[in-house]
Amino acid sequence: MELFRISSLFALFLILDVTSALYFHIAEGERKCFIEEIPDDTTVIVNYKVELYDPRSGGFMPSTPGIGMHVEVRDPNDKILMSRVYSSEGMISFTSVTPGEHVICMYSNSTSWFSGSQLRVHLDIQVGEHAVDYANVAHKDKLTELQLRIRQLLDQVHQITKEQSYQRHREERFRQTSESTNQRVLWWSLLQTGVLVGIGYWQMRHLKSFFEAKKLV
Amino acid sequence: MFFSPFIITILLSLVNGILSKSVELTFELPDSAVECFYQEIEKNTSAALEYQVITGGQYDVDVKIEGPNKQIIYQQQKMQYDSHQFTAQITGIYKVCFSNEFSTFSHKLVYMELNVGPEKPLPGIGDHATVLTQLETSAEEIHSALNRIIDHQTHHRLREAQGRKRAEDLNERVFWWSMCETLAIVCVAFAQVMVLKNFFSDRPTLYNKM
Repeated sequence: MELFRISSLFALFLILDVTSALYFHIAEGERKCFIEEIPDDTTVIVNYKVELYDPRSGGFMPSTPGIGMHVEVRDPNDKILMSRVYSSEGMISFTSVTPGEHVICMYSNSTSWFSGSQLRVHLDIQVGEHAVDYANVAHKDKLTELQLRIRQLLDQVHQITKEQSYQRHREERFRQTSESTNQRVLWWSLLQTGVLVGIGYWQMRHLKSFFEAKKLV
Repeated sequence: MFFSPFIITILLSLVNGILSKSVELTFELPDSAVECFYQEIEKNTSAALEYQVITGGQYDVDVKIEGPNKQIIYQQQKMQYDSHQFTAQITGIYKVCFSNEFSTFSHKLVYMELNVGPEKPLPGIGDHATVLTQLETSAEEIHSALNRIIDHQTHHRLREAQGRKRAEDLNERVFWWSMCETLAIVCVAFAQVMVLKNFFSDRPTLYNKM
């Protein structure tokens, strides 16, 4: 039992290991946002690790306990799903409620000590089926290889179905926009004709009375 | 016997560094900015980059992939979307840069996907030396087919986003243009009358000297 606990801890390490992931540089206090367009009921896992540039060695410190990362997740209606300060390394996961563009923003909590320095951020974002850790699932549910494979296939199919229903939703929005443009163009052209006729009539009347007053006609 | 899951996880954490990494990111690219991403790739590992500009300007971006010894692996200018596959010649940090330097006012949204190495196999699968059963083979096939479907769906989703964003843009533009046009017609109408009246008025003005 004890050993099983240790091994599950290792499994946690497996997903927490982000040092080999993609990284980028940001300046201290700089805000960096990523957009995930996802259907509803989809899990997103964000793994990150921050390293501070060390001017003495010219490299990056592997771990900086003093530095924290502010992570903010906004849903498509611009409502904040989560906004918290995390440590220099962490894992955040959230499940979407409304489909659409979710914005994940990260910025370091700026302290005067570190200001102006460079930060290296390792980042890994996994969405939907990719976010599932099958090693864990196999351990927990005691699945055979084939069962595990079928589980993965099921997850994939679910993801495709969700994505497709979201696709329909977006297509509807797209169509509404196009129809609105169509309507606007139609009404505007009618209105414009009205304005032209009205103005032409007014011009004639006005000029006619003017010429009559000047005794030119 | 108790040790087996323990050993498997250790082995898995060891191979985790070598095996597949796939990351999808959609990020904002402000005007005249460069965005770089770095990824360590082992020697002889194949990597694939896919990108697409979702919105902004002419939907184009400059893309560059640079190897560890500064050699340029891939370079394209003003591309809307593309994918490039390469095999790492040496182990090291590879740099992928997206540049919007040529554009001074258009803010862009770029999607990119970087796949490194083959897909990470499911735990346990591939460990035994026996021949795969028919069921296993077809499961494998379905898996890769579904992966392809997801990829196509992503591409489709991005295209749809592009179209939708453009339609929203057009809607907005039509609205403002019609506003301006109406205003212009009214102004011109008044100006015409004023000018005509000036032609026939007794006082000499700029217009009847012309």
